[in-house]
Amino acid sequence: MSAVPSRRTIRVDALARVEGEGALDIEVRKGAVSDVKLRIFEPPRFFEALLRGRLYSEAPDITARICGICPVAYQMSAVHALERAYGVEIDPAVRALRRLLYCGEWIESHALHVYMLHAPDFLGYESAIHMAQDHPGLVELGLKLKKTGNEIVSAVGGREIHPINVRVGGFYRVPTRAELLPLAEKLKWATETALETVRWVAGFPFPDFEQSYEFVALRHPSEYPLNEGRIVSSKGLDIDAAAYEEHFFEEHVPHSNALHSVLKERGSYHVGPLARYSLNFDRLCPEARDAAREAGLRPTCSNPFRSIVVRAVETVEACAEAARIVAAYEPPGRPTADVVPRGAVGHACTEAPRGILYHRYRTDEQGLIVDAKIVPPTAQNQKTIEADLWRFVGENLRLPDDELTWRCEQAVRNYDPCISCATHFLKLTVDRQ
Amino acid sequence: MSRALVIGVGNRTRGDDAVGSAVIRGLRADPPAEVDLYEESGEATALIETWQGRERVILVDAAAGEGSPGTIRRFEAHEGSLPAALFATSTHGFGVAHAVELSRALRTLPPTLIVYAVEGEDFEAGHGLSLPVADAVREVVGQVRRDIQPNFREA
Repeated sequence: MSAVPSRRTIRVDALARVEGEGALDIEVRKGAVSDVKLRIFEPPRFFEALLRGRLYSEAPDITARICGICPVAYQMSAVHALERAYGVEIDPAVRALRRLLYCGEWIESHALHVYMLHAPDFLGYESAIHMAQDHPGLVELGLKLKKTGNEIVSAVGGREIHPINVRVGGFYRVPTRAELLPLAEKLKWATETALETVRWVAGFPFPDFEQSYEFVALRHPSEYPLNEGRIVSSKGLDIDAAAYEEHFFEEHVPHSNALHSVLKERGSYHVGPLARYSLNFDRLCPEARDAAREAGLRPTCSNPFRSIVVRAVETVEACAEAARIVAAYEPPGRPTADVVPRGAVGHACTEAPRGILYHRYRTDEQGLIVDAKIVPPTAQNQKTIEADLWRFVGENLRLPDDELTWRCEQAVRNYDPCISCATHFLKLTVDRQ
Repeated sequence: MSRALVIGVGNRTRGDDAVGSAVIRGLRADPPAEVDLYEESGEATALIETWQGRERVILVDAAAGEGSPGTIRRFEAHEGSLPAALFATSTHGFGVAHAVELSRALRTLPPTLIVYAVEGEDFEAGHGLSLPVADAVREVVGQVRRDIQPNFREA
């Protein structure tokens, strides 16, 4: 009599529009979800072992190779960890340039995800290619916005992908004022476009799906977090990056080549735009805050499907912040501070587009890396993605398999997962019995 | 008229994925006149940007489909879709085949876009080109020279 079979299997063998190779298996038994596995089979990449025996100065360029989307994040976490190990003080102008470089990466990464990867889910298109056939202007806008980010990374980092200008202590060469000024007009356009993007995505249909996450993000005394801040959570965590491993640990699960990261006391947690926004709403610039309010967001957002709106708000923040840095830019007296290696340990966390990225290095007196630890954001979100799917599938069992599969993929894409980073991801299977 | 453009796609450090780079190096050994030679990772948005406004573009990439290693396939992408299964996906699942279709939808596809796909066998990090692919590189370099300079005659 029942139209709903008691046993169902939903399988996505290769998740699309995510970075890297992964799959999703969901089992339904007697009308209830009995198992959810985000299977990551992108091979492990052993970067931490690769760093052993290398000179401290190589860390930013080696770790940048972990990801083609967020190389700046790896470079920033690496240089900050090593500078803390060696007690290096950074020139304020170098600090501002690093923020500018990071803004470039956020704009690039968020524009790609909002327009090319996530928007098609909400508008009912199989891919950005199908969306481009009906809405070429939108896709062009997204690509142009992304390009503005690329141009920042190029101007400060030396090239668009895997920048080559970042070093422990500062930069190899700093741009002149004249070299950065052409960005000013482009960033004015980009800020306006990002504001329009917030209005556009705010009108998408969102499922009513609020989760009670423990959000974890950086928090800085006065800025929206990029490179600096304490690691804080919505359940009272407030620590320096040096205490990260006292509170978080990584565990191996058989179905994933990426380690699952958990809070020792409370288990899964959520990093990325939703966490950053909800813990730092008061640190957004007035343009971004007003745009968020106008888009109907409250100061805390716990609906992962609305992450696309938060990413658009963060794009406004990154464009406006980049414009401010460019307008005020005066080159530092020296491109880099002196760095004297010593036997030491250094830790740092920075805010990659997908969430906090933790690095820890121990070096000997010559600056050779003795051991390294890298915890990327997607590894930290794996358990939370699985938890979202447990509830989401349970509430949507009435949907036919093809639509349920689509929605599950969308739920995974809420996190913009970067599987290549996490393995240092997707096939979906829903098994209904 | 814009200069012709040859794009070698791939990763130099991953075995036969370096075929695009190897063809560019082969062309640089005796650079053809009025031609730009670029290497790209294969990220779709970068490819679209690179070929925008160009009239004649030739792209060389490795393929991991069917057939024996070193097999050269030539496609006129301006005429029709590439077989997506041949081209390994790239960052965020956007590869060469996707770049071609996205560019076609945006009406920015060059009027001539010739794509060479060379079947590889070994894509391991740290490996060089396999012998059949190394042999194919010489053949593709010659074919690309003919494509960009229809009057070119081999010495």
